[in-house]
Amino acid sequence: MKNPWWKIFTIALLLYVIIGGFLIETPKLPILHETIRNLYFHVPMWFGMIIIFTVGLVYSIKYLSNPTQENDSVAVEAVNVGILFGFLGLITGMQWAQFTWGEWWSGDPKQNASAISLLIYLAYLVLRNSMDEDQKRARISAVYNIFAYAAMIPLLFVLPRLTDSLHPGSGGNPGFNVYDLDGGMRLVFYPAVIGWTLLGIWIMELRIRLRNLNFKYLYRN
Amino acid sequence: MFKEVKALILKDLKLEWRQKYALNGILLYVISTVFLCYLSFKHVDPITWLTLFWIIMLFTSVNAVAKSFLQESKGRMLYYYSISSSQSVIISKLIYNILLMLVLSVICLGFYHVVMGNPLENKLLFAVALILGSSGLASSFTMVSAIASKANNNTTLLAVLSFPIIIPLLVMLIAVSKNAMIGNPWMQSMDELITLLAINVIIVTVSYILFPYLWRE
Repeated sequence: MKNPWWKIFTIALLLYVIIGGFLIETPKLPILHETIRNLYFHVPMWFGMIIIFTVGLVYSIKYLSNPTQENDSVAVEAVNVGILFGFLGLITGMQWAQFTWGEWWSGDPKQNASAISLLIYLAYLVLRNSMDEDQKRARISAVYNIFAYAAMIPLLFVLPRLTDSLHPGSGGNPGFNVYDLDGGMRLVFYPAVIGWTLLGIWIMELRIRLRNLNFKYLYRN
Repeated sequence: MFKEVKALILKDLKLEWRQKYALNGILLYVISTVFLCYLSFKHVDPITWLTLFWIIMLFTSVNAVAKSFLQESKGRMLYYYSISSSQSVIISKLIYNILLMLVLSVICLGFYHVVMGNPLENKLLFAVALILGSSGLASSFTMVSAIASKANNNTTLLAVLSFPIIIPLLVMLIAVSKNAMIGNPWMQSMDELITLLAINVIIVTVSYILFPYLWRE
């Protein structure tokens, strides 16, 4: 392993999250019951997704000011990993929704917003694949990435606040802070956010290295 | 810069006037879509009335605005590049498309009103929503069609790239027009109107900043 310290730290955090997440006492609440443990898996996926998409945005901006193949690799792999996290978040969320709200898909604004943002980034991948010239592809998809991110901000941060939501913290529902202030939930939740995000960055780093090696190999021959 | 923008808009207007088939085509598209909806729905309840109207507007704007960049040949683009700055090109396209969409939305609403009736209570609020909506649709499609024109001029790509981006705009528009239909006081739709305005401003600013990068070949 290259630079092993933060990777060992990630593994330790995630082991702690998985073991602690399933064993540590949680508050007994109506409707939620034991599904409250999904908090350690579902919510960090969204935190991770937004952080990783933002990394992609930053590298797309960097690409436009300094067009190197490395910047483009970071941008595209950030989108790939972000989509993975998005799907995992959607699946864990749907499962949770089935147990607590009674439906897999209940038309909740946050659920819809996340599905739409996945559509946007899948469109980004389609756009990339429609061009074959490397530099043009990188530049145009960087432009779309920035444009789409700007258009998505109202979707993720404004719309759920304007309409009613089943999620905690919006539409008159109390935030999760009210529930998990008491127990050791914070002790697991914050490490979970850090751990899952670091895992995403780890996957991203491996894929970027692979992509850069592919490029080097391609241009040597 | 101001002169360049003016000249480019006049050029687009003249071009539209000389090749009347494009303008007539889009007008006929609007009218036949509305008529098709009328014949298939006959009577609709007010909520469907609104939703259907905005869906028709969405597809009209795809067809009207998409051609703004897809139509231009490579040689002509090169010519613009040599005589004007990229900022004036995007500004002129934005203004032209917003004007075009405003005209089309008025025609569309007029004909829709004739065949489908009109359940609106607060007409002024709906007019504001119409202005913000058509400018928002026009500006988002302008930028996305510029992107799609660089990628093999593919119309499927245009739809795939733009529809997810349009959704927040559409949701807000339907919310505002619902208020206009019920006749809620203005204050109740202030949040939505501000959001709509903000979406418009964001899209125009981002297009203005990003277009030069798209343009460079």
